[in-house]
Amino acid sequence: MAEFSMGQALNRALRDALAADPSVVVYGEDVGPLGGVFRVTDGLTAEFGEDRVFDSPLAESGIVGTAVGMAMYGRRPVVEMQFDAFGYPAFEQVVSHVAKMRNRTRGRVGLPLVIRIPYGGGIGAVEHHGDSSEMYYAHTPGLHVVTPATPADAYSLLREAIEDPDPVVFLEPKRRYWTKAEVDLPVRTEPMDRAVVRRTGTDVTLIAYGPMVDTVLEAAEAAREEGCAAEVVDLRSLSPFDDQTVTASVRRTGRAVVVHEAATFGGYGAEVAARVTEQCFHYLEAPVLRVGGFDIPYPPPELEEYHLPSVDRILGAIDRLQWESEWTAESPAVPGRRSEVGV
Amino acid sequence: MRVLPRQLDQPLLRPAVEPGVGAHALASPEQQATAPAFSGSTGPEEADSYVERHTMADTAKPKGGGTTRSTGGRRRSRKDSPSNIADEQPKVLLEYYRQMLLIRRFEERTGQAYTQARIGGYCHLNLGEEATIVGLMTALQERDYLFTNYRDHGYAIGKGMSPRSVMAELYGRSTGAAKGWGGSMHMYDTETRMLGGYGIVGGQLPLATGAALAISYRGGDEVVMCQMGDGTTNIGAWHESLNIASLWNLPVIFVVINNYTGMGTPVEASSAEPELYKRGSAFRIEGVRVDGRDVLAVRDAAANLVERARSEQRPFLLEATSYRMKGHSVVDPAKYRTKEQVEEARSNDPITAFEATLEKAGILTEEAKQEIADSVREEVADAAEFAENSPHPEVSTLFDYTYATPVANESRRMPADPVFAE
Repeated sequence: MAEFSMGQALNRALRDALAADPSVVVYGEDVGPLGGVFRVTDGLTAEFGEDRVFDSPLAESGIVGTAVGMAMYGRRPVVEMQFDAFGYPAFEQVVSHVAKMRNRTRGRVGLPLVIRIPYGGGIGAVEHHGDSSEMYYAHTPGLHVVTPATPADAYSLLREAIEDPDPVVFLEPKRRYWTKAEVDLPVRTEPMDRAVVRRTGTDVTLIAYGPMVDTVLEAAEAAREEGCAAEVVDLRSLSPFDDQTVTASVRRTGRAVVVHEAATFGGYGAEVAARVTEQCFHYLEAPVLRVGGFDIPYPPPELEEYHLPSVDRILGAIDRLQWESEWTAESPAVPGRRSEVGV
Repeated sequence: MRVLPRQLDQPLLRPAVEPGVGAHALASPEQQATAPAFSGSTGPEEADSYVERHTMADTAKPKGGGTTRSTGGRRRSRKDSPSNIADEQPKVLLEYYRQMLLIRRFEERTGQAYTQARIGGYCHLNLGEEATIVGLMTALQERDYLFTNYRDHGYAIGKGMSPRSVMAELYGRSTGAAKGWGGSMHMYDTETRMLGGYGIVGGQLPLATGAALAISYRGGDEVVMCQMGDGTTNIGAWHESLNIASLWNLPVIFVVINNYTGMGTPVEASSAEPELYKRGSAFRIEGVRVDGRDVLAVRDAAANLVERARSEQRPFLLEATSYRMKGHSVVDPAKYRTKEQVEEARSNDPITAFEATLEKAGILTEEAKQEIADSVREEVADAAEFAENSPHPEVSTLFDYTYATPVANESRRMPADPVFAE
């Protein structure tokens, strides 16, 4: 066992994938000698040469478009969009071609490619550099959308994404790049399309993914101190969505809160709330609540902390879940109390 | 509508650039030989030979293709400025010097404040580009518009924004140009017609082209200047914008600041045609390359193109070669640069060079130098102090400008969310 940050685990996953499969190529803006803005590709050009890990021009549409061509011809390209919003110039390629090729060719041409995108906020990185763009991709049939929350998952999910016969949008929560954990690499965790229960509890299910999993775990710990046992589900895969794991958990607890950084309106939480309601209607004690970013363009660093879901806001949502007795009776907490905490 | 496709009988190639202005400033003999359309006497009747000569001579790739990493010989040696220093008004020259120094000291202070975590977000400095900025901004009239990329602090000051509002914006304070919401990459001021720094590479090009379209549409006589870095010439928006600008005869100057490095990738490794001023040829846009270290050369080249864009109503491409003194952004250690390259950048400091020229000409006395240094130091200190003491943006402003009306914002808040509980 050794300690790895998420960034290092991703780097190791790329290195092992390059070594395991000669058809894997890695390219994007400054992923070569510079090693990427977040150093995820550090040292790969030196180890595997410029033929397999190289810099591209500043042309996201071109990067994704050429990756489609490479994949059609039997390569397994792993390309990087330097930041979440830098992926928007490539949006047309992703939606119109990456997502549709297998269907369009009636299964004759699949695209085994991975688009890595550092996403989300929390590092004071302003507009274009703090976006949570997952819903654009999750809404598009034909794509897998995956996001790790731990170094072990970062390694395992990226390896699996590269091996997958279909295109995967691999979202890396940039605020967790430096989060460390003891991992025995190479590691394989649960399959890519499964959600996992990170913490068990009986009172409420907190559903999160990527950057918010750690925050939600923190909130669950704080809730425990107040007598509420929260279960935490880490979705890992946004598309496909693991109904089974989520449904089983909410049926046990009867209450659910979905947490994400992205704007709440039309966000991933809306889809989860709808699905949970459909699957668990007769088990629910309260409406499914969402805690997310506000419906505003990404705010400047000075105001970022208010925009992003915090432990307090998650606890505030838990308080609003129409509790009658149980843990609230034993603790001084009453519904709505959190609202006084405000920001 | 005024913007009709070009008439077929209109000359497709541009008249020669006037000798002594602009084009020759950096054009070495071999450039003159290989790029007649940009600096020679090509006329309409020579169109075919131009195309042929260009395609044959200029499109041959260097051996090794796009991944050539050699750095030798791609920078031109310094030429004497086209303008004779003796023909210039000393007062004007000293003002250029002062502006350059102001940007230098402002950016040094910015870098310092950023490393002290007083400035958030990302931060890209204009260190080493002072002569280019002052030359370009001098060439613009007050009524002309400016769009830039994210490396925009010096341009904002050069276009007339106060160092106070720029520094306060960098600090993210509510007194900043964009009330603290824009930050380093998004300086914006309608009054001085600085229509924005833009954080996405290439994002500003279609916008600037659109501004020029608006000017053309209403028959105005303003010109739009659109600044970008060398890496931008590879993104789709570049091709779309230059095509539209040329097709519809729009008064826009595309200015490429070529510091030979797109973040960490050398220009030869990203541009199939690394002589960027030639890249307008696909759109029949005349391109000029100028030594960005020379404030007078930049001014002359830019002024010439700006006035021609104004009178002839068509776009131009200006490439200013430049040295980036530091990494791509403040946090970039620039490990991809060799010691020699760093040293080369240092020895090509545009301010030191201009200072020496002015001293040699007897224009910059020891006394004046001290006076300018003092006043610049004071102005920067004042800007920083103003920023330090300015209020932070209020949390209650989070929803203020997402839509024109506050009602719409209210309706999109999360139901029962307690963030702004009374």
